[in-house]
Parts: sequence; C-alpha cells; structure tokens
Amino acid sequence: MKQLFERLQPLFAVSDFKKQHGDLAFLRIPKEHAEMLIRHLRDHEGFSHLVFFTAVDYIEDGVFRLIYMLHDYGTKNTLGVHVDIARENATMTSIHELWAQAALYQRELKEMFGIDFPGSPGVDEDFMLEGWDEIPPMRREFDTKAYAEKTFFPRPGRKSTEPRTHMQEQLYPNRQGGPDGGEK
Amino acid sequence: MRSANRKDLPELPNEGLTYPDTEYFCKTRPVPVEPHFKAMEQVRNWARANSLSIQAFGTGCGAVELRPLMTARYDAYRYSVTGSATPRQSCVFVIGGYASVKTLKRIIVSYEQMQNPKFVVGLGSCTVNGGMYWDSYNTINRIDHYIPVDLYISGCMPRPEALLAGFIKLKELIKAGKCEGANKYAENFDWYKANQKKVIKNWNMPDYNW
Repeated sequence: MKQLFERLQPLFAVSDFKKQHGDLAFLRIPKEHAEMLIRHLRDHEGFSHLVFFTAVDYIEDGVFRLIYMLHDYGTKNTLGVHVDIARENATMTSIHELWAQAALYQRELKEMFGIDFPGSPGVDEDFMLEGWDEIPPMRREFDTKAYAEKTFFPRPGRKSTEPRTHMQEQLYPNRQGGPDGGEK
Repeated sequence: MRSANRKDLPELPNEGLTYPDTEYFCKTRPVPVEPHFKAMEQVRNWARANSLSIQAFGTGCGAVELRPLMTARYDAYRYSVTGSATPRQSCVFVIGGYASVKTLKRIIVSYEQMQNPKFVVGLGSCTVNGGMYWDSYNTINRIDHYIPVDLYISGCMPRPEALLAGFIKLKELIKAGKCEGANKYAENFDWYKANQKKVIKNWNMPDYNW
C-alpha cells in the first residue's frame, strides 16, 4: 500500500497517507482532483469495486468529509479516499459514470446531508424520506430530539437515567461521593 | 349515526390526488356501525374472537416474531390465529415494532382497506412510546394517535409466548365487546386524519382508502 501511495504522489496531490492495518489504508485528496484520482485507481490500479461511499459531518471544521472506499480484488487491498468539501453549498462531482450504483449513494447523500451531485440520475428525487421539508436530518445542526418532540406525540411519563450513576445507586447504595465512589 | 346518513356527511376533499386519480376514489367518510341487539352481538363477538386472521404486513423489526409464531414450535393455529394474504381478507393488524413515517403511510392505507370489524395489536415498546427510537427524526412515537389500537404487547422484542398471551387477551376483549377500534376511527376520523397529515407531508393518496 505504501508503494501505491508513492506511485500516486508524483501524479496527484495526495496527502495524509495512513495505514490502518495490513490491507486497509486511507489517503486524502483535494476536491477538484478527487474524481480523476478515483478514475485512475479504478482503471490503472485495479480498484474495481466501490465498497461504499458516505460522508461525515465535521461541523467544527466546517467540512463534510466524503469517504470513497475502494477495493482491489487482485491484491485484496482496500483504500479509503477522503475528500473534504465545504459545508456551505456542498457540491461534488458525480461518479455515477464510474460505478452506476454510486448514483444511489449520491441520492442518499443529497437527502441526508444536502450534498449536491449535479448530473447524477435521480439525485433530486425522494430517497427514503418522503416529503421532507426541514434541513437534511444527518447534518449535525439538525436537532433530532427537538424535531421529534415537536412533530410526533411524545407519551408523557418517560424518564431516562444516566447509566453510570443509576447503576451505582443500584449496586452500591451505601457508597458516598460522586460517580467514581470516592471516600466513604 | 347509521349508515344511511353517510350521504349527509361532508365529502372528503381528497386534495392530495391529481386527475385522473380523483375519478377512481370515493369521497365518502367512514361511518360507525350500530350494534345489533345484545345476544346477537355476543354470538358475533364469539365468532369474531375465534377466527382471527393476521394481515401479512411486517411493519418493523417485530414482524420477525410472527414467523416462529405461525410455525410448528409455537403454532398459533391452536388458538385460531391464522395469517391472511391481503388487507381486505384480514381482521388483525399487528404493528410490528417501530413505524417510520414512510411506513406509517402504508399502515394507514392497509388499515383503512381492512373490513370491519378490525383489530390492531401494537407489538413492542416502539408502538407504545417510540421505544429506543423515541427521539428519532422519522419514527413516530405513539401509534394510537394515527390508528386506534386495541392491545399493546410491550417488550423489545416480546417473545412469541408473549404474543400468544396477547392474542388470548385480545380474544377476551373481543368477546367482552371492547374492541371497537373501527367505530372509534370513524367517530374521530377528523382527529386521526389531522394527526396523520401532520407527519405525512406529501399526502398523495385519497383521504380514505377503501
């Protein structure tokens, strides 16, 4: 995997190579070169299988991190390509021409994160949520609890306990002090 | 309110439909059915209680408990509980666990297509108060705000034994004449419909499916 990264380095602006374990590694590439790199990996490096394609919301950094997970059946290596895109007006090049099934992932990302993939088939259609009119629910600024309490009808009487203090009260009722026990 | 008064009620708007679907669906509301005299009603309830057919619609993860229930080990046929193929042939609707908004839409269509008398069993904690998905963005909390529920079986998941106990309890309730869910739905139709439309944003089906 390290050799692969060294081969890619003169060709693409790849960085942050991280070997997770034997046959799994990650690398990072800027948004504008990502599609070219993935095409190269598929056509010339044997990564013929798109395992999954998802996004993580790093709201503190103001980015969505797209993760393209590629697999090579020949060497049994798996390579994750990280691409950071800005959260505002998030747009990314579609890869449905490389793998047709990517269109479905892109449709899901459009609905759940609001990341647009212009040209991807059916990207504007409803995927799982029918008639959703709020901000996309997997964005971290979306308050799912407040939405559920506002929209659905919570049954009164539900109470929840903090597991640590609750179990301490159950198991050691006589112990004084905080959750860690402390002095008796 | 008798069935003859059906025409006096205001028509359903069916605003979610577009042409030509507007021509295919009826605009009349459901009406409550008046009971017969008491002895006849008792005989009918006895017969209803002893021929329960479950609708084959697994709405959530709890539906997995219905398979062992029907097969040889737990064998619900002993208690005259059987399965049926379509909503129109069934009388028991088992809501199998959590119901997302998307599923709720299908639940309402199926429930309204079932013929009177019909009974609803809420299976699992999720139907009672949302269970572990109580703060989810797309899982409803209380199924009894959308369709009337006759009986809840709590647990996550309840075992097939609990389901059998639930069906025996349901039979007792039917024999006692306490399962009037279909009439309750017809009497409070506007309230149920308002709750349903509150969560189902793209309402593109008739207001009453039958």
